[in-house]
Amino acid sequence: MTDSQSHDAAPQPGTVDMITTTLLKNTLYNPLRLAGGLLLFLLVYVAVTNIASGNYTLEAFVRQSITGLAQGGIYALIALGYTLVYGILLMINFAHGEVFMAGAYVGFFAINAMEQSGMLADHTFLALLITLMVGVVASVTIALLLERIAYRPLRGAPRLVPLITAIGASITLQQLFLRLFGPDPRVYPRVNLYILPGIFRDLECAEVSGAQVCKGLDLIDGLYRVDVLGMNLRIRPVFFLVAFFAIVLMIALWFFVQRTKTGKAMRAVAEDKNAAALMGINVDRVIATTFVLGAALAGAGAVLFALYNQQVTPFMGFVPGIKAFTAAVLGGIGNIPGAMLGGFFLGIVESTGPALLGISSQLKDVIAFGLLVLILIFRPTGIFGEVLAEKKA
Amino acid sequence: MLRKIVLVMGVFAIAALGLSLVSAQDTMGSSVMVSPDGEIVIGVAAALSGEGLAPLGEDIVRGAQLANINRPTVKIGDVEFAVSLDPQDDTCAAEGGQAVANRYVSDERVVAVVGPMCSSACRAAGPIFDAAGYTSISPSCTAPDLTDGTFASFNRVVPTDAFQGVVDAEFVFNTLGITRIATIHDGSPYGEGLVTVMAEAFTELGGEVVFQDAVNVGDTDFRALLDRVADADPELVFFVGFIAEGSRLASQRFDAGLDEVAFMGADGIFSPDFISTAGEAAEGVYVSSPTPSSEIYDAFVAAYVEEFGVEEPSGPYHANAADAYNVILNAIEAVGTVDDNGDLVIDRAALSEAIRATTDYEGLIGTITCEENGECASAAITIYQVMDGAFVLASETMESE
Repeated sequence: MTDSQSHDAAPQPGTVDMITTTLLKNTLYNPLRLAGGLLLFLLVYVAVTNIASGNYTLEAFVRQSITGLAQGGIYALIALGYTLVYGILLMINFAHGEVFMAGAYVGFFAINAMEQSGMLADHTFLALLITLMVGVVASVTIALLLERIAYRPLRGAPRLVPLITAIGASITLQQLFLRLFGPDPRVYPRVNLYILPGIFRDLECAEVSGAQVCKGLDLIDGLYRVDVLGMNLRIRPVFFLVAFFAIVLMIALWFFVQRTKTGKAMRAVAEDKNAAALMGINVDRVIATTFVLGAALAGAGAVLFALYNQQVTPFMGFVPGIKAFTAAVLGGIGNIPGAMLGGFFLGIVESTGPALLGISSQLKDVIAFGLLVLILIFRPTGIFGEVLAEKKA
Repeated sequence: MLRKIVLVMGVFAIAALGLSLVSAQDTMGSSVMVSPDGEIVIGVAAALSGEGLAPLGEDIVRGAQLANINRPTVKIGDVEFAVSLDPQDDTCAAEGGQAVANRYVSDERVVAVVGPMCSSACRAAGPIFDAAGYTSISPSCTAPDLTDGTFASFNRVVPTDAFQGVVDAEFVFNTLGITRIATIHDGSPYGEGLVTVMAEAFTELGGEVVFQDAVNVGDTDFRALLDRVADADPELVFFVGFIAEGSRLASQRFDAGLDEVAFMGADGIFSPDFISTAGEAAEGVYVSSPTPSSEIYDAFVAAYVEEFGVEEPSGPYHANAADAYNVILNAIEAVGTVDDNGDLVIDRAALSEAIRATTDYEGLIGTITCEENGECASAAITIYQVMDGAFVLASETMESE
């Protein structure tokens, strides 16, 4: 931050020429940025040659972006929880991945019970709604317990202390679920949720007593071949559902934080805990609310994730948790739209990156984290991070 | 402050050095003493936690436990000594292998070890067992280079992947008549090793490997990778790794349009857990495994099912674990002596030699004869296919030499 500001101050602001010069100077005079710029150039070069040689088509890009979109939506939902808690407590809740896992696990018991009783087949929508609720409630409960037991007693402690506790809580929760439910994965049942038979007239049709009956679009388990602009795509509506869900929840959360009284209290606590307390804000309650919000998003994301990935295990939260944390940092930690953008960016880069650069898929994390480093070189506070950082300072 | 930290660190470093010297002196060329009312302790190292790994590790422990139930004592002369097992979690990783090995060598009651389970853990445990003069028999570490003479302590009663890979390639090329394959492994020494052998053998037969890649353990979304596989247009996808990644790949391949493409795995996914996790996506999947088919083996499985109250073994290595246990006990009987106090004395170096001198032991997996490099298994690979939620034979058992 400081060095970029000192460079910014030097030339006369205003003309386009000056801005370009500043940018160029900033890049050339800073060896780290120079290296980053060269690396970026190299990446673009490799990608362009790979496309030019015909190894990578637009079709492949679109196909991989669609799966990346779903993965990114999940990252975004988890990342929002990281960002909320960080924004208020300046603490990284590393157990957030386990909050996600708990939602998927408990949701499994609900949906499994409803499948046994036949409710899932008869009232699919209601059953899914209940599963979602159960998942959210489970995640919220775990998060509240975490906050009460692991974090609140340490609120006055140096910042490293709650960080270590968070890592401990993460491992404790993993092992707890492992001992309670065993290491074998639980498998979500496959769900067919048919919607809009009026619009999708030619899908899932069957002859029922002589008449042609169409059920409509299978939102969860459906897989459709679609030809768009000469591209042969295979589309699962659930991918778009996840992305849509993530965006809607993000907007709702943003409105909550910006427009409601509780949201205002949250922002006040984020700004200054002591001053907020003096103004009559119940800081403990506001912090608990923050954890509840983050956990609810993670729980909802977990159930959606499990609906199309089926497998649920005690360790499932770890990797997505780390990725979501990365997404939050990428977007500018503490910033709500930033977490969302970071999540989608990471999801799409992860799934398109290896093929675009023509390298092993094992290196997708290298690409994702490499880009994180690159972005942090040029914008040390993340894509949207600056505003909040200035407010804090 | 800094000086204090340096001082403390220095003290720790010296203490650690001292400890390591002491422990090295303790165990070098040592022998184990067991009093008449004591127990001979055999370590069992296998993955007891971890997604998709615990079922395989549990299977190894159960195999050893059943062998222990069938043969609970060692008879030296006319004195009987009880044998007990000490199962530990090797987490199927290098760090875990190191941790269990250190644990066993620091407990001098441990006579020998069945395990570790995974090639990564075996490779990490090898030097530690070597330094302490311990010996081990792995029921499942199949990486070819483990027996290249690096480790004096490493033996195995499972065929090397150098053989399994060739059998897999021959099955795909000759029996299935497939000429274009894609290979995926999980980045483990086991996965990478077996895939390399299989791909080489397949190319030699005249087939073409159109796509090769690997996945990260713990990842949940392989759709982008499978999309690349689909673009390469193979006739079969050959995956080597474990249940978690295997079942995800098997399920997600449909999203990438690989419906018509066969899927084949190896012993790492040969478990009913793979079928229950992948569900319908497991149907038609081919799996190769060193699981034998013989009458004594079937009897062993029946006893296993009864003893542990399960429908079927949870992994492929129970017989190998039982054989490893028995080979160790045979060697103890061969070299153990009873001293004047009535204590059993087992010389570690002699035990190690006795294990490698095993000849024509009739085990569950076939006749076991150990070679100088620790290779003990008479290799037999069988290929199965998932049909209606169960593994059924897809080929005759192929034996080496």
